[in-house]
Formats: sequence, structure tokens, C-alpha cells
Amino acid sequence: MEIHNNQLLRFTTAGSVDDGKSTLIGRLLFDSKSIFEDQLDSVSKTSEKKGHDGVDLALFTDGLKDEREQGITIDVAYRYFTTPKRKFIIADTPGHIQYTRNMVTGASTANAAVILIDARHGVIEQTKRHSFIASLLNIPHLIVCINKMDLVDYSEEVYNNIIGQFEEFSSKLLMKDVRFIPISALLGDNVVNRSENMKWYQNGTLLSTLENLHISSDINKIDARFPVQTVLRPQSVEFRDYRGYAGRIASGIYRTGDEVAVLPSGFTSSIKSINAGYQEVQEAYAPMSVSLTLADDIDVSRGDMIVKKNNQPEQEQEFDVMLCWLNNDPVKPRAEYTIMHTSNEERAMIKKVVYKMNINTFERNSEDSNLEMNDIARVQIRTTRRLMLDSYRDNRNTGSVILIDESTNETVAAGMIV
Amino acid sequence: MSKYYLNYLDELESEAIYILREVWAQFENPVILFSGGKDSILITHLAKKAFYPSKIPFALMHVDTGHNFPETIQFRDELVGKLGVKLIVGSVQESIDKGRVAEEKGKNATRNALQITTLLDAIETNKVDCAIGGGRRDEEKARAKERFFSHRDDFGQWDPKNQRPELWNLLNGKHFEGEHFRAFPISNWTEMDVWNYIKRENISIPSLYFAHEREVVFRSNSWIPVSEYLKLEEGEKVEKKKIRFRTLGDITITGGIESEADTLDKIALEVSAMRKTERGNRSDDKRSETAMEDRKKQGYF
Repeated sequence: MEIHNNQLLRFTTAGSVDDGKSTLIGRLLFDSKSIFEDQLDSVSKTSEKKGHDGVDLALFTDGLKDEREQGITIDVAYRYFTTPKRKFIIADTPGHIQYTRNMVTGASTANAAVILIDARHGVIEQTKRHSFIASLLNIPHLIVCINKMDLVDYSEEVYNNIIGQFEEFSSKLLMKDVRFIPISALLGDNVVNRSENMKWYQNGTLLSTLENLHISSDINKIDARFPVQTVLRPQSVEFRDYRGYAGRIASGIYRTGDEVAVLPSGFTSSIKSINAGYQEVQEAYAPMSVSLTLADDIDVSRGDMIVKKNNQPEQEQEFDVMLCWLNNDPVKPRAEYTIMHTSNEERAMIKKVVYKMNINTFERNSEDSNLEMNDIARVQIRTTRRLMLDSYRDNRNTGSVILIDESTNETVAAGMIV
Repeated sequence: MSKYYLNYLDELESEAIYILREVWAQFENPVILFSGGKDSILITHLAKKAFYPSKIPFALMHVDTGHNFPETIQFRDELVGKLGVKLIVGSVQESIDKGRVAEEKGKNATRNALQITTLLDAIETNKVDCAIGGGRRDEEKARAKERFFSHRDDFGQWDPKNQRPELWNLLNGKHFEGEHFRAFPISNWTEMDVWNYIKRENISIPSLYFAHEREVVFRSNSWIPVSEYLKLEEGEKVEKKKIRFRTLGDITITGGIESEADTLDKIALEVSAMRKTERGNRSDDKRSETAMEDRKKQGYF
């Protein structure tokens, strides 16, 4: 198998058991031959015990004990499959409203989101919520699967009506690439194999769409940002004076000889060498993990950012973020949190809730400043020192933050810099 | 013109290196949990790359059930010597002698579950605040929900319903005294990815992974190696077979498969055609539907 150039695509699936989400994932795994015999045996036995006809594909995604007992998904579960064209990671997230936090988590690293709509019900509140989150998290590609086409006689009219409904509400959202596919996860139409029942649909199946999405441009390759994770000082005879700044390139491309600035100090130098593993390379790009050495001896430590001299991020102490609250404890007014941004960490305070989003209607409410679990709001944040920021729209890696409650050490919020 | 995107193996490697460097930056005293199996060997290889030209800044910690393949121990000691890192051994035998745990009784007795106590004791005595493991999410359904940075309370327990959300690449390793973390840099790798990478990087692994002749007994659908710890049951007979192991663990519960694959190329080919999961030959996971989930909650690897 030719593997050298195969890329990795991460996607998230949103929807509930009722939309056939588990069945869809089971179908993808089954038809792409990613299910092993012992898994199939175990699922066949359970299906039989439960009195299902044939193999219940949804059971392939069954998780923890509590989830099986309650028939729900509690947490993000990751699943894997590979085709001759790509490796895929599915972040399987629950669709219930109380699990917005999990969907945000699954969406944060996704190249694509697969949103399921039940063909019998069309666009419902949940569809809007999922689409809103996909757009808020700036997922580059959105694939809307209109499922259960078998239950509406594979009708092209039903399909077109639902696309119409979707276009209507989604015009208010920022989305780059949206595709629609009519499928039946249960029977396999247009998931991996082309449907014999919907000749009117000319575009790709779900799998071939996932295999062919253009994802090389998903990471920003223009604005070079290198957050320093740690400093390598071997102090061995061979590498006596070596000081390597280790990190994962967040965005952009670096070449030896590039004129760079180290932030926040602002000192400038140029790149002397780039190490990728044991090898010295002439250039490196996101998302490679490398270590850089500089021509001049300047003080650089974890939390600093090495950028190009002529392309620098904003440095701000006060800024707005779209915040998703992830914790059972609501926001404490004027409380202090630890903010993590790239490899940097400061203390932060939520100064003001600008407005709260109703994620079902997309209405903004500037009266309500009470933030609880799963709420999404625009807030103003002030940090103890300046952060090196890009807007989340331009750069997912340098435009994202999390807040940590210092009394519990829990991650309580995810933020996207406006 | 060069292309500016990574292939999937490079991307997985880069992610794992990022996580290993985060562990080093965020914790005081991290160790690599080293079993001598391919996944922990892979972690060690990735750590070497992550900190090159510095030495690996982590000690290796081995939880020794006392029921080892001699080949594993030899491999471990050679690797430790080559890397110049510290080795910490937590011994299940010692835990038994001290009365911390009692040997299981009955026909299918193993020391598998006993490892939990030894591991947690070794973590506590050595003041380890992060134990890096080779766990992968594709191995088992309870592992599918693991975080890269997985929090353990002061009893070493995992609470799957109360995990910290993990967003983007921002890893929160904050913890109170007495608590620790498990870190899983190769969470997103599958068995196939591991073999393709071992092949590409030409990483040396114990000879047990390659097909070889061995005395074995057929038990619960796999070939269990003959060792001083194996008690033959009625009707069982020792046979000589050409086998190899897909995973390495306690010699009493690790079953081999019949195979002719004696090179990395042949193994990768065989794995890609494999129709059974690799843990299918581990009797520790066959005990019940939730065997792994239950052990993980208590503090297992």
C-alpha cells in the first residue's frame, strides 16, 4: 500500500442516536472493512440478545458501562479507520444539549464536521445548534448528511427542501465549504457505496467526499508563529553551546536565515538551524515539531513566541473572546482564572459579559451576564501581562485559549479570540 | 516546489513529540512506563527524537510481574544501557511478599490485576507526578475516551465521567499534591500505524515479535508459551509451533499467533490483513465486557 503521501483527516460527527449517528459511524467502519472479526462476533451476539434483525451497526460505537445502560454517549470517543487514500480520526460526540461542551471539544481539532439531519424531520433546533458550533469553532469543511432517505422514498424533493431550509438559517453563519449528501446509514446508501436508489444524486458518497476534501490549506501557512515549549541544552561535549528552542510550529513556514523577533521581549535575530528529529532541515512548516537555534545569544524561554520580523501578532492585555463555559460551577464575577494560550500561561479576569448567545436562534442577549455550563458568550478578558494574539478566524492555534479554575485545577472554559 | 503538508505518520509523530515536550515542561518528575512491549519502545524512541540532541529526560519505570519473557528483560536492560537513562522497577513479587496484595487463586489466576497496586506504590514512593504510557485509543473501548493528559486522584483512580475537556492543543496538567497524571502521546495511533512507523524508522524490538519456533499450549483460542509458571491442564499438550506475539505482557497470559512473519516488512503485511484485534489474544481482557474499564478506573495502565 502506498502510504507516504496519505494525509490525516480529523472529523467530528454531531447528532443523536435518533438521527442514526451511531449507525452511520458503524456503517463507515463496517463498509470500509475496519471492523475486526472479534468485534463483529461480540456485536452480533449482543444484537441477537437484544432481539435485533441482523447486526446492529450502532453497537460498534458502544462505550462505557453507564453509556450502554442508558443508551447515550457521555464523552467524546475517538475512532479510527484507514482507506487506501487517507487515515481518519472520528471524534464521536454526543448530540444532546447538555453536551455542547463535548461537541466543542471534538470540534476544536476537526478538519470537517459531519452533521446529520433526519430526512423525515428536516432542519430542527439541534441542527442549528450543531451548525452554529461548527461555524464558531471555524471547522473548515461542513458535510450535511440527510439521513434516513429510505424512509422518505428516496425523494429528491424532500432532499431539496431540506437544503433550502438549511441555506435559509445558515446564511447568518460564517462557513466556507458546505456540502450536502442524501444517505441511508442503515442500508448503506451513499455512505461508502453509491446508492442505486438515488440516481438523481450525482456527487460523491460520504466516504469519497471525506477522502477528497482539500485539507492542506486548513492550517494557516502565511503567518509564521512558533510558541516555545521548552529549551534544549544538552551540555554534552559535542553540543557544548547548543541552545535549541523546541516547539510545534503553530502556523506558517520557517527557513534557515529568516529574520525573526522573539516576543514579548522584541529582540531580533535570525534562524541559524532547524532540527527535525535527528536531522537538520532547511525549512519547516506547521504542524511540524522542531527545534530552532538562533544566530544571537538572546534570552528565550517557555511561553515566548518566535515570529518573523515583518509579520507579528497583536500584543494585548485586554481583548474579547467568544467563550464556551464547560464547567458545572458558573462564572464567578470578577474572579481570577489561569489562562493558557499556546505555551504561555497568565492570570486572567473576565471583566464583562458583552452578550450571551442563544445558540438555537442565534439571538444575542446583552442583559444576561450569568454564564453556566454549556453557555456561549462574548466576554471581555483582562490578563496580568500581554499575550501574543491572532484572531481565531485567522489562526486556530494562536487564537484559542482555555481558562483554568485555580481552586479546582479544572478546565472551565474554552475561548476563541475575536 | 516542496509540498507544505505532512503525511499521516509525520503528523502523528509531531503530535506525540509535542505531547512529550509538554509533559517535560509541565511536570516535575515524569517517567515513561516501560513494559518492553512495542508501544513503550515506540514512546522511548519518540522521546529520543523529541529532546535530541539532549538525552531523554525521563526515567523508565517497569512494573515487573515476575512472570517475564527473559527476552523482554534482556531487551530492557540493553536499551537502558544504550540510552543512559535511569530504570525504576516496581516488583509485584515484592508487593506480594510485603502483604500489599495476595496472589489470585484458581485455574485462570494471573498477576495482571496485582500490577495496579505495585504501579501506584511505585508512583508514590518515587514521587512521580506524570507517568507516560503507550496506551492507544484503538485498543479497547474504555481507552477510546482517554485524554492525552489524564488526571488521576490521590488514590490513583480514573473517573471517566469527570474528565477535563481537552481542546485544541492546550493541555492542562495542573494538579494538587499527591495527585498524578497519565500522559498518552500515541493515543491517536492504531496498531497498523505503530508497525508502519517501526518499519520506517527501523526501530529495534524484542525478537518475540518475529515468527520463531516455540513450545506452546493451545488455550482459550491462542498459543500460550510454555514457561516455569505454566501449569498444564488435563487434556492439554505441549506442541512446537512457529509463532509470534502481537502484544507482550505477562508470559502466563500472553498468547501468540501462528505466523511466518519474520521481518518487519512481513509483519506489517500480516497486520494489515489481520481480521482480529491485537488484544484478542490477551486473556486479561476476555474476562468480561468491562474488564479493561474496571481495571482502568482503579489505576491500571
